[in-house]
Amino acid sequence: MKVLLVDDEHELVSTLAERLSLRGIQADWAVSGEQALALAERNSYDVAVLDVKIPRMSGLELKRRLNLARPAMKFIFMTGHGSEDDFRSCAAETDEGCYLVKPVNIEDLIRKMNELLTASEERP
Amino acid sequence: MSWNWELLGQTGLQFFGKMSASISHEIKNVMAIVNENAGLLEDFTVMAEKGLPIDPQRLKTRAGMIMKQIRRGDEIIKGMNRFAHSVDDPLRQVDLHETLSLMVALSSRFATMRGVTLELEPPLAPVPVFTNPFFLENVIWLCLDFAMGSTGTGRTVGLRAEKTDTGATIQFYKLQDLAQRDTGSFPGQQETALIEALKAGLVLYKESGEMRLALPAQAGK
Repeated sequence: MKVLLVDDEHELVSTLAERLSLRGIQADWAVSGEQALALAERNSYDVAVLDVKIPRMSGLELKRRLNLARPAMKFIFMTGHGSEDDFRSCAAETDEGCYLVKPVNIEDLIRKMNELLTASEERP
Repeated sequence: MSWNWELLGQTGLQFFGKMSASISHEIKNVMAIVNENAGLLEDFTVMAEKGLPIDPQRLKTRAGMIMKQIRRGDEIIKGMNRFAHSVDDPLRQVDLHETLSLMVALSSRFATMRGVTLELEPPLAPVPVFTNPFFLENVIWLCLDFAMGSTGTGRTVGLRAEKTDTGATIQFYKLQDLAQRDTGSFPGQQETALIEALKAGLVLYKESGEMRLALPAQAGK
């Protein structure tokens, strides 16, 4: 599995990437929407994990743009707020339940990523 | 003059809610980073238990990152506490530069999201005013919010507090797009109610890209 992590908190995404790599998951990370789009141009990812609120470009806008570049990519949103508004907008953009509230449990994140990929493989 | 309490109350609650939500977001980010670093330390422990060598420098780096986030969290909570206590007294003496520093800290995440830098000039001398601290913070936020949308390509809002003969001013400058903006709706009803309550005045200088909020030395006397 290859994962793209996007959050403007550098220490958060870099550490999460290191922890995922220790579990055999290759993870790249970006701290802005522009960086994420550049990485997705060069590399193919199975899943992107996006913060809902990133500078200059919302996570939802980034998801739409990544989706155009990589239609097969799956998405999970992370948020610090866990507000009803965030949940509704993320639910409208992704498959049900692709939304995690910070701080994220890494095993929950991996389970969610595996569920997404399994569901897409089972879909005719 | 009678104040528009209904509008002031509604505006104040919106402001308090917006700042509280932003602070909670910042604290969540601190907790998320501490969580990942603690998790990584746990991963290292599991690796060590399996006999894999762990470089002590990696442990030291992660411990340092956790301590850095604890300091960041402490600063955020100190600001939150100062902000919460600004409703304690309807009138008291405040230093305008300290109030501006607090508002810059509270607004920094909003600025980052909009790709704007807030530059606060260090004071030459204390700038004391006797005023309503919460109304003052509220009107500074509303001015900053407007200013952040007027920066043009410079993406910077400069801020300074200065003592004047009659009180003090706060200047918002480097507003490159101020001349191009439709300023018909600013200051709006909310800003006007706060400016009146503070016995202040707000002037926009479109040509030089500046806004000045003039405050009396003693708003309540």
